[in-house]
Amino acid sequence: MKGTKDDMSAESLDIKVIRERLERAGGPQFWRSLESVADTPAFQEFLHREFPVNASEWTDPVGRRSFLKLMSASMALAGAAACTVQPTELIVPYVRQPEEIVPGKPLYFATAMTLGGVATGLLVESHMGRPTKVEGNSDHPGSLGATDLFAQGSVLSLYDPDRSQSLLQLGEIRPWSTFVTAVKSAISGQAPSKGAGLRILTETVASPTLAAQIQQVLAQYPEGKWIQWDALPRDNARAGARLAFGEDVEPLGDFAKADIVVSLDADFLASEGPANLRAARQFASRRRVEGTGDGLNRLYVAEAAYSVTGAKADHRLPMKSSEVEAFARALAARVGVSGVGGTAPSGREAGVEAIAADLAAHRGRGLVVVGDAQPPAVHALAHAMNEALGNVGQTVTYLPTPELVPSDQLADLRQLASDMDAGRVQVLMVLGESNAVLSAPADLNLADAMGKVPLRLHSGLFVDETAALCHWHVPAAHYLEAWSDARTIDGTVTIVQPLIQPLYGGKSAHEVVATLTDTPERSGYDLVREFWMAQPQGSAAPAAFETAWRRWLHDGLVAGTAQSPKMVAVAADLASRLPAGTAVAGVEVNFRRDPTVYDGRFANNGWLQETPKPMSKLTWDNAALVGPATAERLGVGNGDILAVRHDGRLLRVPAWISPGHAPDTVSISVGYGRSRAGRVGNGTGFNAYALRGSGSVWYGAAEAAPTGDDYQLVSTQDHWSIEGRNTLRSAHLEEFKANPTFAREMEHLKLDQGITLMPHHEYAGHKWGMAIDLNTCTGCGACMVACVAENNIPVVGKEQVATNREMHWLRVDRYYVGGLDNPDAYFQPVPCQQCENAPCEVVCPVAATVHSDEGLNDMVYNRCVGTRYCSNNCPYKVRRFNFLLYQDWTTPQFKLQRNPDVTVRSRGVMEKCTYCVQRINAARIQAKREEREIRDGEVVTACQAVCPTEAIVFGNLNDPNSRVAKLKAGPLNYAMLAELNIRPRTTYLAAVRNPNAALPSPPGVGGHEAATGHDTASEH
Amino acid sequence: MANNVHAQATSTAVLDVPVIAPGHDFETVTESVAQIPLARRTPLGWVFGFLIGLSLLMLLQVSLGYLVLKGIGIWGTNIPVGWAFPIVNFVWWIGIGHAGTLISAILMLFRQQWRMSISRFAEAMTIFAVACAAIFPVFHTGRPWLAAYWLFPYPNTMALWPQFRSPLIWDVFAVSTYATVSIVFWYVGLVPDLATMRDRAASLFKKRIFGMLSLGWRGSARHWHRYEVASLILAGLSTPLVLSVHTVVSFDFAVSVMPGWHATIFPPYFVAGAIYSGFAMVLTLAIPIRAAYNLEGLITMRHIDNMAKVMLATGLMVGYGYTMEAFFGWYSGSFYERAMMWNRMFGPYAWSYWMLISINIGLVQLLWLRRVRENTKLLFVMALVINLGMWLERFVIVVTTLARDFIPSSWGMYTPTRWDFATYFGTIGLFLTLFFLFIRFLPMIAMFEVRTLLPQAKVKAEHGH
Repeated sequence: MKGTKDDMSAESLDIKVIRERLERAGGPQFWRSLESVADTPAFQEFLHREFPVNASEWTDPVGRRSFLKLMSASMALAGAAACTVQPTELIVPYVRQPEEIVPGKPLYFATAMTLGGVATGLLVESHMGRPTKVEGNSDHPGSLGATDLFAQGSVLSLYDPDRSQSLLQLGEIRPWSTFVTAVKSAISGQAPSKGAGLRILTETVASPTLAAQIQQVLAQYPEGKWIQWDALPRDNARAGARLAFGEDVEPLGDFAKADIVVSLDADFLASEGPANLRAARQFASRRRVEGTGDGLNRLYVAEAAYSVTGAKADHRLPMKSSEVEAFARALAARVGVSGVGGTAPSGREAGVEAIAADLAAHRGRGLVVVGDAQPPAVHALAHAMNEALGNVGQTVTYLPTPELVPSDQLADLRQLASDMDAGRVQVLMVLGESNAVLSAPADLNLADAMGKVPLRLHSGLFVDETAALCHWHVPAAHYLEAWSDARTIDGTVTIVQPLIQPLYGGKSAHEVVATLTDTPERSGYDLVREFWMAQPQGSAAPAAFETAWRRWLHDGLVAGTAQSPKMVAVAADLASRLPAGTAVAGVEVNFRRDPTVYDGRFANNGWLQETPKPMSKLTWDNAALVGPATAERLGVGNGDILAVRHDGRLLRVPAWISPGHAPDTVSISVGYGRSRAGRVGNGTGFNAYALRGSGSVWYGAAEAAPTGDDYQLVSTQDHWSIEGRNTLRSAHLEEFKANPTFAREMEHLKLDQGITLMPHHEYAGHKWGMAIDLNTCTGCGACMVACVAENNIPVVGKEQVATNREMHWLRVDRYYVGGLDNPDAYFQPVPCQQCENAPCEVVCPVAATVHSDEGLNDMVYNRCVGTRYCSNNCPYKVRRFNFLLYQDWTTPQFKLQRNPDVTVRSRGVMEKCTYCVQRINAARIQAKREEREIRDGEVVTACQAVCPTEAIVFGNLNDPNSRVAKLKAGPLNYAMLAELNIRPRTTYLAAVRNPNAALPSPPGVGGHEAATGHDTASEH
Repeated sequence: MANNVHAQATSTAVLDVPVIAPGHDFETVTESVAQIPLARRTPLGWVFGFLIGLSLLMLLQVSLGYLVLKGIGIWGTNIPVGWAFPIVNFVWWIGIGHAGTLISAILMLFRQQWRMSISRFAEAMTIFAVACAAIFPVFHTGRPWLAAYWLFPYPNTMALWPQFRSPLIWDVFAVSTYATVSIVFWYVGLVPDLATMRDRAASLFKKRIFGMLSLGWRGSARHWHRYEVASLILAGLSTPLVLSVHTVVSFDFAVSVMPGWHATIFPPYFVAGAIYSGFAMVLTLAIPIRAAYNLEGLITMRHIDNMAKVMLATGLMVGYGYTMEAFFGWYSGSFYERAMMWNRMFGPYAWSYWMLISINIGLVQLLWLRRVRENTKLLFVMALVINLGMWLERFVIVVTTLARDFIPSSWGMYTPTRWDFATYFGTIGLFLTLFFLFIRFLPMIAMFEVRTLLPQAKVKAEHGH
């Protein structure tokens, strides 16, 4: 029924018109996307311009349907391959019941996951030996009880049927012993040359045992080399520290103590940064507004692409990544770093002045942090600024690096490439997921160089791009399958304990490295234990060690391994030694870690692929993010393919207009466009690695030109707009202090809650409710993945997302406020609001959604016939419908992953957030057994548990002392759409921003027009 | 009876066109109607039309089969637009189904004798339209195999009743009652004519079939007496149903909290719209049929004119409804109602709104002109366009409200797929197939009723009673 097809294709996004509309409208405005302001029919139909809607079931190459088919086919083939007569298996009860196992009750084991050389402590839920869900370990300094979305998604990767399942030599299946023999003969050939031809290429190693093992190998073969490589290495930070202090240290900011935080291109709250969970938790502690809001910190962010940290900034200063150095120099000069001079990038002078004044006024309570993308000079300048401002020891301390052996990864990799190219390498062993063939800078031609190595060994979870070029491939054990250990940001070590036998016979890195030694057939368990027996925390005495070991496993950390701060001082001659950065004159291209697939290692993870990127809300693809002004200049709209040229290389990648993105800058996240990711990840997105050179690991000069082609990008929440609504509310700190109940006064219609013919139901026992703090939510999306993992939510694929059929029970809405070039951004997580007068309940003809006696809006899947009336009548549109058979009912691995406490829904039924009713029931049973009430904080929903900033609080509203009841009694509490008298159980705490009066900033939001009944919709 | 017919006859005299064309007598009326089902040769036009209907019916079978296999994801329905084509089509068909019962029940009670020529096939149209309509609410559910019976209150092992607060349950009762009463009413009305067919049928087979169907009707005075009582009772039963069915259907929307749905004007506005579209459909069918089967003497210009006037009147009511919707949107002071109206008029689906307005408020005004009402070709085209207009009305109500409701992040466009269209055209195929079968095998005009309109009947009546 699209009668305007012609208009649509003719009309494209007219930035000028948008800008004018926004300016003309004046006052606080919400707009969700550029298209929503432009209101182009082109955009409104963009989703369907390439595919007829129902083509999805047939043609989607990467989507869920083929994903399922292929997966089941592969499993069938796998079964056929192992076509031996299986012995009859009898199910017998345990002869000896293992201790602690109670069928139906999960157990939790402490372990850790390492990413980017830093471990996050976890508690992993295990149902009868199957790890199903990851939670944070609150005792762990790198986790503080939260996790990021990667840890949540890692459970799916464990069960991924695309993981490599057999040890291969040139594609032929071989037994482990053959591999050991092959390595043994190769390594013995290295003995005469003292290992001159031996190279070990790993990710950044945070495992003390593994580092010790490799060093032991290198001791035996001293001419051999160990190269650590992460796709987005932290070389700049290390070099910056060496520049400033002459040694490798890791600066650890204490955001809880910082009143003023200046982020120079550091997305410290989310995907980037070694300790983002810790930083987010600390940062949030200073953004929580209870009472007067005194003590609210202030965040300044200078960055190119809009990050979630930028979205939390009180002032965000968009600038090219290459301009940050000039900015930092100017700031350093103003805060009194001796010998540094410089002028701020044009238009940023006021910002430098204001920030410098603010920092100076908060000596010892400020903090300057720098992102990994910035050159060493900026890191060094930040160290100097923190020292000059007296922040060292207060808000920032210096620790030994979390990686055991810090190295200049890019230099090492470059050396490796040239060594291989020159034929100096005879044996190359590649371990881990850094996938160097894909992720190495393109100009190193690592693939070609590798071809000259006579023996190439690879061990990883997948037969990836690197494995494809190796002679041998050993399937690696997932971290949930193998013994190891790992260090976190402050040096604390966690013993990584497996929760399940390797599903596909994988070997841990310890076991693979052991093949290089004289004792090749060692188990990872023995290796890790032996290492720790020799450590000061351990003990050579077996009994004492066993006690300590069990303690470590139980706690999830090895006591006494935290590093103490190092006393370091910035070199006096720093200013004279600072290398000058190179300015990028034209367009700058930025390469950044992807918010959902990391460096590409999670490309085959459906949960993470389907999670919308926090700012762009894109799923299943990356894109070239460009600012509105740049898009206007280039004449491109969303999905128009840009030809980005950099250093003689070309990448064709669709543009996505990102408000607030720095002008003349293109940002592309890495990790997409993979060819050997697996059936889910192959063919999604565009490979930014192919563009990246060794001189431009993070950014560089580029040219961008439109090509005239387009591509279907799918975003979950950029479809529509009406502005001026009051569903999200915020104010500046001053306004809040003047009027603490501003959020409540933004109501459209102040309803008498008592207007009802029937008396309100009295809840005798529990009355569950939730409060979500918009001040602290960083929009990182970990809650969405946690919800998916906890509640067995299916992945639907790109084409289904394109038709608005994503299944996420919890979504995070992102709103822009202010102008196009530098708007503020707000996040709002929206789960089911569990209305007291739920509009969904009265309209269900079969009573499939009913109110529980604890106030929950229960969904009875078995009763649901799928009229979808409930969803139509839901003003929050939080209900999700199984339009097709979305759930994978066939792949056996995924059956293992599912949470047995949550129904697996079938086709044709409605589903939605249940407030994690299974967790409520578990707590109730526990409380009943112990003959007590459920304690406040005992029921923790999956989204709440994972939240790094504790933005989500759940509890009993009948208990006036519960945390949620107290929050709801606070001045900032408001209910979305309260005027409908549906009385939602989930309410929000309005956002309070703390801008510097010396700088301009968009006003707070909350539909001031809406409150007065003024129809802003008419202006758009 | 006598006085009625007398009154009718006098009132007819003041109009220029009689209800029945001059020259008809009992025999010609009976012959011109009864010969159609009894004819040995099937007209080629009928075969052609029937095949079109049948092929569309095949399309319906394929699309419903695929739907049951795959799930309603083959349609374009999504979140937020959880109802789309199926409910639009459902309301459209139910609306069309209103004319038949209105003609046979309400006009009967109002003693509008002109209805007699068109009541039979209008009732048939009603039943077939309700059959088409009933397909959608069942098959648009996620699990039609359960929805088909879980919505009925029957004692079950789950010890569960349906949820009686839901308008969908009211729908189940309203529509099923309506369908039942309509079928009974139609069949009872057919009995005397079926007996005529039995008596006139040449072949034994036809005699047997019509004989069984006519339930032993002999035309005795007692039979006639019982017939009259039964049809009066059924008319009395049907009359509130005509109003209630679409009122209840409108509750599906009015009871919700959605802007653009939550409106008290919906019941009368829906009923008027239903009658409007129903008459448009009767005209769509009557104009070609009377031409094809030379029934201009029985379905005269008087009928056409009257139906056009009913369409005009109900069209004006519907137009008033649109105006009031817009007015309430503004006058309510509700932010969301205003935004909804604005969105309807200027949002992405504005084309559908303005098409609707131009048809149902604009085009229908042509019916004020006698020249238009007398031009059957033009009227036929108009009736088709008005059917489209009423379809658009439901599209506007269902889709524009859902596509953009309260929270902008959840807004989403709806685009129908080929299966949406296939199912829709498939039900048109079902309708056409049933209708073609009806005109081939049953007397499409109530012969015995039309005979009472003849002058001969009047004379006899005066002497006989």
